[in-house]
Parts: sequence; C-alpha cells; structure tokens
Amino acid sequence: MKLKTNIATSENGFIFNPATGDSFTSNGIAAEILGYMKSGDSEEEIKKKILTQYEVESSQLERDWDDYMLQLREANLLDL
Amino acid sequence: MYVSPDLNKGKNLTIAVTGLNANDNPGSGLAVIRALHAGYGADLRIIGLAYETLEPAIYLRDQIDKTYRIPYPTAGTDALKERIQQIQEIEEIDVLIPNFDAELYNFIKIEADLLKIGINTFLPTHKQLEQRDKVNLSAFGEKHQFKVPADEVIFAASEIDQIASKFGYPLMVKGKFYEAHIALNIADAHKAFHKLHARWGLPIILQKFIKGTEINIAGLGDGRGNAISVIPMRKLYITEKGKAWAGITIEDEKLIELAKDFAKATNWKGGFELEIMQEDKGSLYIMEVNPRFPAWVYLTAAAGQNQPKALVELALGKPVEEMKGYKAGKMFIRYAWDNIVDVEEFQKLSAFGEL
Repeated sequence: MKLKTNIATSENGFIFNPATGDSFTSNGIAAEILGYMKSGDSEEEIKKKILTQYEVESSQLERDWDDYMLQLREANLLDL
Repeated sequence: MYVSPDLNKGKNLTIAVTGLNANDNPGSGLAVIRALHAGYGADLRIIGLAYETLEPAIYLRDQIDKTYRIPYPTAGTDALKERIQQIQEIEEIDVLIPNFDAELYNFIKIEADLLKIGINTFLPTHKQLEQRDKVNLSAFGEKHQFKVPADEVIFAASEIDQIASKFGYPLMVKGKFYEAHIALNIADAHKAFHKLHARWGLPIILQKFIKGTEINIAGLGDGRGNAISVIPMRKLYITEKGKAWAGITIEDEKLIELAKDFAKATNWKGGFELEIMQEDKGSLYIMEVNPRFPAWVYLTAAAGQNQPKALVELALGKPVEEMKGYKAGKMFIRYAWDNIVDVEEFQKLSAFGEL
C-alpha cells in the first residue's frame, strides 16, 4: 500500500489531494501512519512501530489497518 | 450637477473593462480588474464600461477610476464604435478587455476600428467564436476529437419529448448565451425551455446529463496554437445557478493537456474557460467553452499565473512566454458584501452616462 506521491499531509492530520482538490482530516494515529507511509516505510515496518508504541493487540491492529486502508483507497489516496 | 474632473489621469497604462456585474451570476470584469491591479500596481488606470447603472463593480471606486455606460449589443456596432470613440477622446485607452459572451461579436467586428484609434484588444476571431458556440459544440467535439455530451438544438418545446426519450432524465436544458437547468422530468424540461426562451431567445440546447465532478479551466491562448497559461479549478461550492462560489486550484496533467489541445486545435486567441465534467472513471467531457476569462480568473493570479496581465501584454504586442508552475490548493471563497453608495453617484451615472 503506497500513498500517492503528490498527497500533502500535515502533522495535525490534514490531508490534501492536489490532483482532485479533496481534503480530509484524520486523527492523531492516522496522521502518524500517513507520515510513516510518506517516508516510505513498508506495511510491516509501520505495524511494528505501532505495536511497539501503543498498547494494542496485533489482531486489533490488523482489523483497524484493513479498515483504514479501505478508507484511503476509497478516498483515492493510494497508488494501486 | 456636474461630473467631477478626473484626477487620476496621467498614469502609464489605461485599460477598459466590461463585465462589471459582480452579482450572483457574475461577469468577470471585477476579477480581471483585480488581477490587473495585482500585476501592474499603482501605475494603472481602469476604465469601467457598463451597460446598466446597477452593475455593482461600478461603485467600487478603489478598483475602477471611471465608468462610462455603453450601448447594449443589440444597438449594433455603429453605436458601440461611436460611444467608444467618444470615450477614447477623453481617456486614451491602451487596451480594452470585453468580458461578456453576448458583446464579443460586436467587439470583434470593430477590432480594426479600435486599433485605428489606439485601442488594442486580444480577441478570438468570429470563426473561433462560432465553432465553440453551445449550438455547435457537438460538431466541434467531433471535429477535434474532444469528448462532449450528446446534444440537440431545438426551436420548439414540442421537440423536447422525442429528444428526452433518447437522452433520458436528468436532462440539461441550456440557454443560447447563459443559464442551464437540470430537468428531472418532462414538466421540468418544458418549464426550463420557456424560461430560457423568454430570457435569451432561441434556440435552446438539450444536452445529455453527465454525472461527475465539475472542474473549470481558465486559459489564455496566444492565437498561434499555444496556451500561454492553464489553471484548472475544482468547484467546491456551487450556487443554484451552477456558478462556483468557492473553488480550489488542482494539478492534473490530463486537464492541462486538454486545455493545450483546445488552444492548439482552435488557435485560440484570448482568454477562455473550459467547463469540464470528470466522470468517475476519469473521462473528461467538455460541457462548454466560454470565449473569455471566467469570473474566478483572479485565482489564476493568486496561484501564480496572472492571465489578465498576460493578455494585456499580448494585446500590446509584447512577447509573453508560456507560464509554467502554479500553486495547487489555492482557494477562492466568494462573498457578498453591501457597498454603501450615495444616490448622487447613481444619479451621475444615470444622467450623464459616466461616473
């Protein structure tokens, strides 16, 4: 899952797609994941970081991850 | 009562602009003027040319130095020429920028006469104007391989039923010059037909409805097949009249290429606006081609490509390079604002035809 290269994100969770003009707001953890994606981290690397930093079960993370990726895909923010 | 002397004369560049109706269906005059002020600073004198006394921008005295009334397009080219000649004797206009579709035919017709008295313009030809006309859009698309929605030009309401059964509902019903309505059923279509007929005359255009995202592109063609500037804007807030009340610049190479292809195919000379519908699958349909700058053209200056200024430079015969790069994510949010004016100002314009 790769974020489109032209997607602009900010630390406060604002996402802007300059190709469509769409903008979104995301919560802190979502913004953090976007930041990792933007810096080129792989899915595995990002999940490892989240599991280390937050108290979350691996199974819960998997479910939330799939849900989030679905949202990003629907928002046309991923390079498919 | 007298008309006050003008204290601003003597500035280097004098530009006359029409389209001062900054209302809910705005002409682009005020946006053009604002861009010119941004581009030329204080060394500029703006002459407003107005058809009606209540065109709001007339009374924005920090934007327009002087306004003159001019005859309606239906009065013909002789009346227009005569009036502009009178104004020119006082104002020494360098460049004139018309901003209404309906007046363009006459201004193009007197283009050579204007030049003889020192007024430069940068206008499309009658042929260019004609081929992008709503009435000819289908043929235009076919000729140049642009995607345009299927349409039919009609002269009587009795033709609606047959065409609607072919295109289905919703159906776009469009006026000859301005206005479009979405008809959801036969009753809507008839109502829209009669409304548009009464307002703009015949014919009326019935157009297949295309579902998607509304995007407009402001462009400037150099008349030799090049687009000097192209800025795409996605509408964020659309009024009941279908006008963008807020929008945002976007970067999409396909949109820029489409505008460049348009300029190349037509050798377009002057400002233009492409109204685009982007289908969910990404196909780009040209819904309309407007033969002048759009009312949101100030956004081009704000995003880094000042199209009105570039048009003035071209009109003056100066070389203008193709502009590259602009800021995506620059937004405009239009607002309504009550300008307070003394009746004496209104009176001056009404009685003397100038303010």
